[in-house]
Amino acid sequence: MYVAVKGGEAAIANAHALLADRRRGDRSVPALRLDQIVEQLALGVDRVMSEGSLYDRELAALAIVQARGDMIEAIFLVRAYRTTLPRFGYTKAIDTGAMLVERRVSATYKDLPGGQLLGPTFDYTHRLLDPELAAGGDVAEPLQRASEAEAMPRVSAILAREGLIEPDGDMPQDHIPGDITREPLEFPMARDIRLQALSRGDEGFLLALGYSTQRGYARNHPFVGEVRIGEVELELDVPELPFAVPLGSVRVTECQMVNQFKGSAKAPQFTRGYGLVFGQSERKAMAMALCDRALRATEFGEDVVAAAQDEEFVISHSDNVQATGFVEHLKLPHYVDFQAELDLVRRMRAEHDARENAGRAEEKREAAE
Amino acid sequence: MTAQPTDIATYNFAYLDEQTKRMIRRAILKGIAIPGYQVPFASREMPMPYGWGTGGVQVTASIIGPDDVLKVIDQGADDTTNAVSIRAFFKKVANVAVTTETAKATIIQTRHRIPEHPLTAGQVLVYQVPIPEPLRFLEPRETETRKMHALEEYGLMHVKLYEDIARHGRIATTYAYPVKVEGRYVMDPSPTPKFDNPKMHRSPALQLFGAGREKRIYALPPFTDVVSLDFEDHPFEVQTFDQPCALCAAENVYLDEVILDDHGGYMFVCSDTDHCEKRREQGHRGHLAPESPLEKTEPAQ
Repeated sequence: MYVAVKGGEAAIANAHALLADRRRGDRSVPALRLDQIVEQLALGVDRVMSEGSLYDRELAALAIVQARGDMIEAIFLVRAYRTTLPRFGYTKAIDTGAMLVERRVSATYKDLPGGQLLGPTFDYTHRLLDPELAAGGDVAEPLQRASEAEAMPRVSAILAREGLIEPDGDMPQDHIPGDITREPLEFPMARDIRLQALSRGDEGFLLALGYSTQRGYARNHPFVGEVRIGEVELELDVPELPFAVPLGSVRVTECQMVNQFKGSAKAPQFTRGYGLVFGQSERKAMAMALCDRALRATEFGEDVVAAAQDEEFVISHSDNVQATGFVEHLKLPHYVDFQAELDLVRRMRAEHDARENAGRAEEKREAAE
Repeated sequence: MTAQPTDIATYNFAYLDEQTKRMIRRAILKGIAIPGYQVPFASREMPMPYGWGTGGVQVTASIIGPDDVLKVIDQGADDTTNAVSIRAFFKKVANVAVTTETAKATIIQTRHRIPEHPLTAGQVLVYQVPIPEPLRFLEPRETETRKMHALEEYGLMHVKLYEDIARHGRIATTYAYPVKVEGRYVMDPSPTPKFDNPKMHRSPALQLFGAGREKRIYALPPFTDVVSLDFEDHPFEVQTFDQPCALCAAENVYLDEVILDDHGGYMFVCSDTDHCEKRREQGHRGHLAPESPLEKTEPAQ
């Protein structure tokens, strides 16, 4: 006797109760507080803010806890929240040249105005597990010195003075930047739209694509002109006021990649790839810059031969919230479609067997003759 | 985390903000004005994953009003987990009445099926669509396929169907079977079995299609011509089943195969659970129907 499986609702509720239990884990271990995550898992928080496209550390921390540390799930939670927020306006473009810099390194110049600043980096740490961290030992205060008034111009600006590098893009003066969260994507897309999509794209996907360009799939000879991390001020134009209103500041990572020069009609000059992400993530900003440059192939008259140069391919598949949803939707029931295929395969097999049998009978008959 | 919930995050009524609903309604109206044309829209992230009905949910959220009665089905059934989840979502965020009865619903959101009970004027059928582009598996580039639609260049699709016949002796597409709408646009009916295609033709109900991840909405206004592609010598046919539903003895309905044991035993039952239950209430009995009075399915919470 067949009894149809019912009770989806109760099953779902119970599954979610179990999820809550597993999320909390052993009750004798203190529950995580959001400020602990914000302070001590800051780079994870940064990634969620960056790919979730919402600059709010506390919400990102909440998402990380709720997602049990699954970053893509946390990014998804943040995205699904941000999309419901009303839009008050768009800030003026940030000026990364005026950044309050905490880290800035250039691979193209040994020294430059503003100097090289290592800042809080994993670079040159020896990757040896540190038992003292496990014991929760005290950490000494870092050394600090009064900041100097020396300006820290962007490397691209330094190179531009000699005309050695292409300028900051040539959008028309009246160009209004697009907004991928408010308008459907259409191909081919303008670079501002593309950069937005890359900035919220999956770190792993962009990393792999960027890496592929280094290994010869659309190689474009990159140098890190500079990577800088720090706080930039946000300003909003308010119609009633004659000046822009400061809203606060955000921490961003910017990468200016200096690439292969191009000659053609114009004088030879270096080209650029650009990366900018919320928070501190050099890996993402650099991968983004490599991909940005690769995606400019058509603009420079280069042959599109590799995946990283293919705008539809890269942008259509860079969003991890979309990707995880569609991959994981294969878990949903498909039995109606499967039934349709089953029916077709059964019919075709029956015809195939009939043909085989007929063929065998024919052979036997011929052999007998 | 503090034990008390805080107001750190709040959501608008019916989840979507009113500006978003207006944007989606505009896309729907455009879709209705150009039947079968895929209208790009600025799809939002939804609180369920892409690929799990976000397009359908956005369409439903944009058209639903307090007096609507909502039915949600997945694979024809009201009790599949994702249908339960989406129904619960709308109960939670819009507090609307829900039902499992096709005839009582004003909006039916569906994945992969069209109800067996004929739809009537005033009803809206909202399809969840994974890949809205019928030409996508022939041409992966959106820039190309949009051009092909614009030029009404559908030769590739006919070649594909012809190659099926040459290779398999028949058109080997069993679901998401392409249709032509009002003699103009070739349209993907979503992955419904081709069995359901004829129900789309001149349906008195409004049919809306939402693809969230792919950011497209399209529509069939009531009484639109929807013709499944075929050839004169290989006319379109729907699936037929050799046996009736094992529970309600219905014929000429779409059936699911249910495995009964590990010796190859199986039975066929209605994929449309509401249709099956209604028939059993009316006294129809299949050869495997339980002896006891019909166990009511879970309430439509």
